[in-house]
Order: sequence, then C-alpha cells, then structure tokens
Amino acid sequence: MSELAGAPIVEVHDLVREYRMGNETVAALKGVSFTVRQGEYAAIVGPSGCGKSTLLNLIGVIDRPTRGTVSIAGERVDQLGDARATDFRLRRIGFVFQRFYLMPALSARENIELPLAEAGVKKSARRDRAMTLLEYVGLARRERHRPSQLSGGEQQRVAIARALANSPSLLLADEPTGELDARTGAEMIALFARLNGDGTTIVVVTHDEVLARATKRVIHMRDGSIVDHGTAG
Amino acid sequence: MLLTLAAASLFRHRARTLLAVLGVAVSAAMLLDMVMLASGMRESFRSLLLSQGFQLRLAPRGTLPFDTEATIGDAGALVATLRSRGAVQAVSPVLGGQLHVPLADGTTVTGAALGVDPAVQGDYELLDGRQPAGMNEIVANDAMLAAIGRHVGDTVRVAAGYDAQMRSLSGERVVRVTGRVRFIYMAAGQRATALPIDALRAMQGATAADRISLAMVRLTPGADVDRERAAIERLLPRVTVISTAEAIRQVDERLSYFRQLAVILGAVSLVVGFLLVTTLVTVSVNERIGEIAVMRAIGVRRWRVVAQIVLEAGAIMLVAAPLGLALGLVTARYLNSILARFPGLPERIDFFLFQPSAAWTALGLLALCGVLSGIYPSWRSASLPIATTLRQEAVG
Repeated sequence: MSELAGAPIVEVHDLVREYRMGNETVAALKGVSFTVRQGEYAAIVGPSGCGKSTLLNLIGVIDRPTRGTVSIAGERVDQLGDARATDFRLRRIGFVFQRFYLMPALSARENIELPLAEAGVKKSARRDRAMTLLEYVGLARRERHRPSQLSGGEQQRVAIARALANSPSLLLADEPTGELDARTGAEMIALFARLNGDGTTIVVVTHDEVLARATKRVIHMRDGSIVDHGTAG
Repeated sequence: MLLTLAAASLFRHRARTLLAVLGVAVSAAMLLDMVMLASGMRESFRSLLLSQGFQLRLAPRGTLPFDTEATIGDAGALVATLRSRGAVQAVSPVLGGQLHVPLADGTTVTGAALGVDPAVQGDYELLDGRQPAGMNEIVANDAMLAAIGRHVGDTVRVAAGYDAQMRSLSGERVVRVTGRVRFIYMAAGQRATALPIDALRAMQGATAADRISLAMVRLTPGADVDRERAAIERLLPRVTVISTAEAIRQVDERLSYFRQLAVILGAVSLVVGFLLVTTLVTVSVNERIGEIAVMRAIGVRRWRVVAQIVLEAGAIMLVAAPLGLALGLVTARYLNSILARFPGLPERIDFFLFQPSAAWTALGLLALCGVLSGIYPSWRSASLPIATTLRQEAVG
C-alpha cells in the first residue's frame, strides 16, 4: 500500500439528487453522506430504486447532484464542467457496467486501448499496457477477439481491464455480476478481491449477496438514504 | 482508433451505407451538372470567341455581328485604317450572303456564304484540302457537301442570287471545291461555304462593292482591349465595336435564366444530399446511443465522439463524390447532346462544360455538407446526459 493508504478517497456530503417527472419532483437521494478510504472495498446494497446507482453515478462524475458535495481524492467534482469532468473520469475513475458495454467493433485489446488512446498514450505503450491487463484478467490469448466472440464472463473481464487502463484512483462497478451465471459471477468476485488486494479502491453497487459478502464493507440504502454505513473490514 | 470505430460503424450496415453512397452520388452528379451548367455556356462561348484570337468585332452601328443584313460601306478604307493602328495585328473582313447550287434534278440547294480573306480569316477550320486562293475556288462544310453531293476537288456551279418565282439564278460562277471545313460560329448542321471576299462581292454585284458585314480584329499581345475598342469606336463612328468581354456580357444577360435554373436545381440537389446523410447518420447514431454514452462515461471527449461521426458522414461523401463525378460527366454529355440540337446554336457551344473549378466547387460543397450533416446528430448524442442514457439503455 502507498503512504496515502487510508486517506479518504470518496467524500460525499449531504448529497441530494432530485428528478423532475412531469409536474412532480422525485428525490432519488435525500442527503447522503459517507466516506470511502483508499484501499477500501465497499458494496452499496439496497432494494431497487433506493438510489444506489444514482449515488454511484454521482461519485463517477457522470451525473450532477441537485445539492451537496462530492470529492474524489481531495478534489471537488460535483460542479465540474463537461470537459474537466470527462478528463477526470478518464484519468481517475474506472467504470464497470452490468452490461459490459464493450465497443463491438473493437477487439478485446483495442477496447482496453481506447481510454489509453484518449489519454494520449503512445501506440506501443498502450499496446503493452493492454496486454499486461489482459494477462492480469486471464485473457491474454483472446486479445484479437471481438466482444461477440467472448463469453459474458470474458467480456466483463475485458471491461474490468478497460476500467483499469489509466490506473484510476477508484474503480466503480454497477451490478458487475448481474448478467453472469453463478460460476462466472464467482470468478468475477475473486477477480475483484484480487484487485483490491493489489491496492485498488473499489465501490460496487449490487443485489448479489455473495458479492456483497465478499467486500470489506457493506453500505445499506433505503429510499434515497443510507441506513447503515457498515464498517471497514 | 477513431478511424476503426468510424469504419466499423459504416461496415456494420453495409446495405444501408451502400444505398446512402448511391443516393449521395446521384445528388453529387446533379450538383456537378448544375455547377457545370451555371458557367458552362458562358465559358464555352468565351472560348469560342477567343479561339481564333480576335478580341474585337466591328458591326454596322447599332447592330450585333450578323444580327441584321446591314453592311458597312467603304470597307477598303476602314480596313486600311484599322491595319494602320499600332495595336492591331490583323484584320479579317467578312461579307455575309447566300450561295445557291442548282442540282441536276432541278432543285436548288441554298447555304450560307462567307466572303473572307483566307490568309487571316477566323471563321472556319480547314479539315481537308486547302484554302481557296483564286476567284473560282470555295471551301464548304460537310452539311453543304452532302447536300450537293460533291467532294474536295470537284467543280460546281454556284450563284449568289436566286429568284424563287422566276426560278432564275444570278451571279453565277463555276467554282472548284478546294477544302472541307468546319465553321466555328455556325449552327450544327447548317450548310455553309466560304470563298475569297472579292469573289463573293463580284457575284453579288454592285450592291456589295466595297462592303463588309463584319470585321474581326486581332490585337497585338499585351494591348489594352478596352482602350483600343473605345479608340476605334471614336475613330469610326459608323461602326459598333464589340469586345469579347462585352459579347460575353450580352450572352450572360441572355443566359441568366439558365444560370438561375442551375443554381436552384444545384441547391435542391445539395439539400437532398444533406438530408439523406443527416437522416442516415441520425438513425445510425440513435442505434449507438448506449455505446456513445459509455464512451463518454469512460472519458472519451465530446469532440472526439463528434469527430468520429462526422468522419462517418465525411466518408460517405468522399466515396460518393467520385462516383457522382463520373455519373455527372456521363449525364452532362448526354444532356449536352440533347441541348446541342437547339436551333441556331454554334456547333461548338457546350451547355455543360467540364472545368476543374466546377468539380472542386461541387466537391467542396459536398464535403461541407458531409461535415454539417454529421455535426448535429453527433453533437446531440454526445451531449445527452450520460447517466440517464445508460439507465434508459439498460432498461431498453
């Protein structure tokens, strides 16, 4: 672990996110506050519609809160303009989605290279980095395969490798086992555990009790509020 | 990476991309044709007027060359005056008239006749044989030779006048056909001959003595055409002096309908091409809205998404452009052959004149169209809220 281990990496304070639905205003988050420290592996759980994914989107800087603040690694990100928010996501945050969302036209390696290319990494360097990550997730032999030629578990592993491409401060995963069968889901859980063991800070949103149990901290949400902050393991 | 994604997107729906390319090619062909039409006739007329190197034309005061049967008297002195000017390199006097050829079956073939100075004339090109040198020699075009059934080297009886009621000829003469020619300013298919101006005058009789219908003036290289035109008009007030630029301006006025039509149809074809590509790109972008949201979520900049989609639109235009260019040239040739049959037009006038500038203009407009057609749908999709789009895609 680095000397900053244990320092707050996610700081959320009094976060409110409201949506307009016709003439009504619906509050998806109602004043949420919590902190995730470097090296933590936290799960956010709760029933559907409780605001888990909304919270993850706000931490991931792909949405803006109605009120409240979000800081990542000490930097306020809740009011960033589009260009700075995009750059922040590129360099500081890794996203893993339930549906993998790989670019169908690109090979496994090229999918991993996409954020590297965007960050201006030279071709040979990004190729090396992509191969290193493919090896890390156990798919070195599948570098040339398109997403359509990969199984769901393999696609999710490529998506994780893509999320790690620019060595982000924080890995966010939204229902990462949601589209996988039990055996593949277990492999994914093991991969996340390995990643965390290697120093990656991870926050997952999940309905999967097995995945939640595998994390070091479980944050419970209900009706847009945190009802249990859990404790760091 | 950007190119790979753009190419993959186009190849994903090959049939749709192909149809779009064909649609844009047709639109491009029409655009090119209209650009060619807008300037073609003018440029063609200009090149026709300048083809023999004569920059000024003198006609009887208040008329255009060969617009009336009026002639200019005291032609010898006039030509001498012109030739004495320092800026004048050559003067070609022309007398217009008709030539009648009685055939063995009792019928008479009539054609235009130009009395010229064969040494400096600028009215025809010699295709076969030689220039008429003596008083009993003529040259004729294919239409005339075919009508009278004669060839180069044959002799033929001709007359300058024909009284249809009395069925009698006047100013008769037996001449030898010394050459086969193509008249530059005559309409396609019009029968015509040319002979030395003195021979035609002699055949026409006293009314034509020392008269000309027109004089064409070639200036020395570097001479100021407008200044010389004004000077000659001052010096010879009984003639109207028309420069090539003035003749083109007059043609321009008469052809303004063509130009307006070309501009309107060209604009319509451009709009059709624009709408076609915009529709295609919008459909394509809507299908990939989730992909685009993910790209944005993982940190791909908005302009990069826009660039990728504009690249796709541009690629369609780029592939369609050469196809459209080829199609445009083929259709222009076909349309030109139809319009060339318009009565009274010189054979060498082209309605659709290909010029590199026309092709570049059409290509430039198409490229601009391609960029603009990609910008709106791509910017719209790249500006959608990422979280909401992903949520909707996940539900969908």
